[in-house]
Amino acid sequence: MNFTIIAETNGDALHPTTYQLVRAAANMGSNSTVICPNGIGADEAAKINGVDKVISATGDCFNIFDGGAWASAISPICGDITLISASPNGREIGSRIAAIKDIPIIQDIVSMTEGVTVTRPIYSGKAMESLTISGNAVITLRPNAFEAALTGNDAPISVVNQSADVKIAIQEAIDKASERLDVTEADIIISGGRGMGTIDNFSHLEEIADTIGAAVGASRAVVDEWGMPHRMQVGQTGKTVTPSLYIAVGISGAIQHLAGMRSSKYILAINKDPDAPIFAVADYGVVATWEEAIPALKTALSELQ
Amino acid sequence: MNITVLLKQVPDTTAKITISNGKVDENSVSKWSMSPYDEYALESGLQLKEATGGNLVAITCGPERTKKMLTDAAAVGADTLVHISDDGVTDSTHVQQLLAAAVKKYDSHVVLCGKQAADTNAGSTGPGVAELIDAACITLVSEVNHSEGNFLTIRPSNSGTEKVMVSGLSVFAFDKGTSELRRPNVRGIMMAKKKPIEAISSSDLGVNLSSSNVKLNSQNPPPEKPAGQKFEGAEHINEVVSKLRNEANVI
Ligand SMILES: Cc1cc2nc3c(=O)[nH]c(=O)nc-3n(C[C@H](O)[C@H](O)[C@H](O)COP(=O)(O)OP(=O)(O)OC[C@H]3O[C@@H](n4cnc5c(N)ncnc54)[C@H](O)[C@@H]3O)c2cc1C
Ligand SMILES: Nc1ncnc2c1ncn2[C@@H]1O[C@H](COP(=O)(O)O)[C@@H](O)[C@H]1O
Repeated sequence: MNFTIIAETNGDALHPTTYQLVRAAANMGSNSTVICPNGIGADEAAKINGVDKVISATGDCFNIFDGGAWASAISPICGDITLISASPNGREIGSRIAAIKDIPIIQDIVSMTEGVTVTRPIYSGKAMESLTISGNAVITLRPNAFEAALTGNDAPISVVNQSADVKIAIQEAIDKASERLDVTEADIIISGGRGMGTIDNFSHLEEIADTIGAAVGASRAVVDEWGMPHRMQVGQTGKTVTPSLYIAVGISGAIQHLAGMRSSKYILAINKDPDAPIFAVADYGVVATWEEAIPALKTALSELQ
Repeated sequence: MNITVLLKQVPDTTAKITISNGKVDENSVSKWSMSPYDEYALESGLQLKEATGGNLVAITCGPERTKKMLTDAAAVGADTLVHISDDGVTDSTHVQQLLAAAVKKYDSHVVLCGKQAADTNAGSTGPGVAELIDAACITLVSEVNHSEGNFLTIRPSNSGTEKVMVSGLSVFAFDKGTSELRRPNVRGIMMAKKKPIEAISSSDLGVNLSSSNVKLNSQNPPPEKPAGQKFEGAEHINEVVSKLRNEANVI
């Protein structure tokens, strides 16, 4: 069985999940071929342990993101099992490749063992399911669910020129995203809810985020009622996140919010209501107002640096 | 213009999920609802219909209970209701084949669906169906407008959001939309009750479902987390931060 990995990129570099994809294949006893769309990150991919070869897929079709075009360019060079990140783009390309090849697509797995047997969360994490796939398949991996592969390798890189019809056209870029880290990419997230009182008070969370390199997230109440950008929303109708640490401040912990963050490795909740449901999923809970807790947190964290 | 929306009925987000004998027990689900993103797809479909004078076809594939959701869609303005009996199909590849065949049968010009269903959380269906019908697909859209034969949509980009244009047969998979969802009025609800639901099967659609290469081993409750540590008062923050560093190793 051979594994093909489609690299996930972040600007001009590889996204950390690419290292996790390679490791997941290596855990199955397989080296992998890594395809780098538009050649991005090819040199970096060649250094990852467990990579047999890197294919730099170049072509005009990679200039903008059209999942259909990317999939038709990439699918001819995919092997038995194709692994991609369960990012929005990864899920889209993966689904297309599976449909082109008429093979199963399994999204968002958190473990993979011989068989091939995988587990994945369903019902927004209210249950897990275990599936066994026979034959070829496309599988997307939940970011941060697998360890990262190490580096030191020197795999060969080949260039393949692929073409495909692009069916969409970008008309204009509308607003510039804030310079802040995106919640789906961050290893630490500090999120605020209605308990923060006003949108201006989020500046206190941003300060902490800047000290520890975290992203700032929000509950839906804050997005809907105070006009916080939707890209910051965590939960059922927002982003699903799995950081190492999720800090929830003034968030009650409604089931729909938990759906987006309950699989975080560690959860710290700060809430003035000792009975807030968020405490039921928190590893560490502090019953206090943010007005008291946040300055203390700021001081404690900056003393660590 | 024929506008198709793909709607899935799922356990309401507030419903408890119970497992018995290694499988989610659907009979114990207290409330079934339209999957949240599908509601935005439907709303956008209704707006497209109003702007272009089109016909809105709502399609679902699922057991009998899902017909209720089609009637709910009719109450806000869906014109044609199509129920594909699922015969216990769970494999996404099969669902996609059935939906794609129905999309063709109803001669759709544009297909709207959710970015992911609240039960599978997959996000496979929109792009998969698009591939099967040879359509463009844009995912995570929040808005779709029709202008001079083209569709203009808004989707997130690396640097914020972008306006994307497509022409021809297209699939749009919705994120949370920018419009308020409409609620049915009494007249709509009364009319919807009388609306017929077209029942079609895989053989009506000419789809020959192969055996699945995906075997479900079991469904289980999520792993239990050890009970958390709770501290009363902000004076414990220092202690918690040192635990985050030394116990959890996360900062
Ligand atoms: C279909 C559907 C989808 C949804 N999707 C999402 C989603 O994606 N994400 C999401 O977040 N929600 C979602 N919701 C909404 C969800 O049900 C809740 O309404 C929402 O999460 C509440 O946000 P909140 O916790 O910020 O506000 P509240 O529930 O109002 O909680 C505020 C909390 O702050 C605490 N507090 C108040 N003052 C202070 C203070 N000074 N210091 C510290 N704590 C304080 C309070 O004790 C309370 O616990 C969805 C709902 C539905 C029906
Ligand atoms: N059985 C189904 N019937 C109708 N639409 C569906 C079905 N399954 C999925 N969809 C549509 O496809 C979207 C994505 O589903 P999924 O790929 O399961 O995450 C859903 O939000 C629906 O719009």
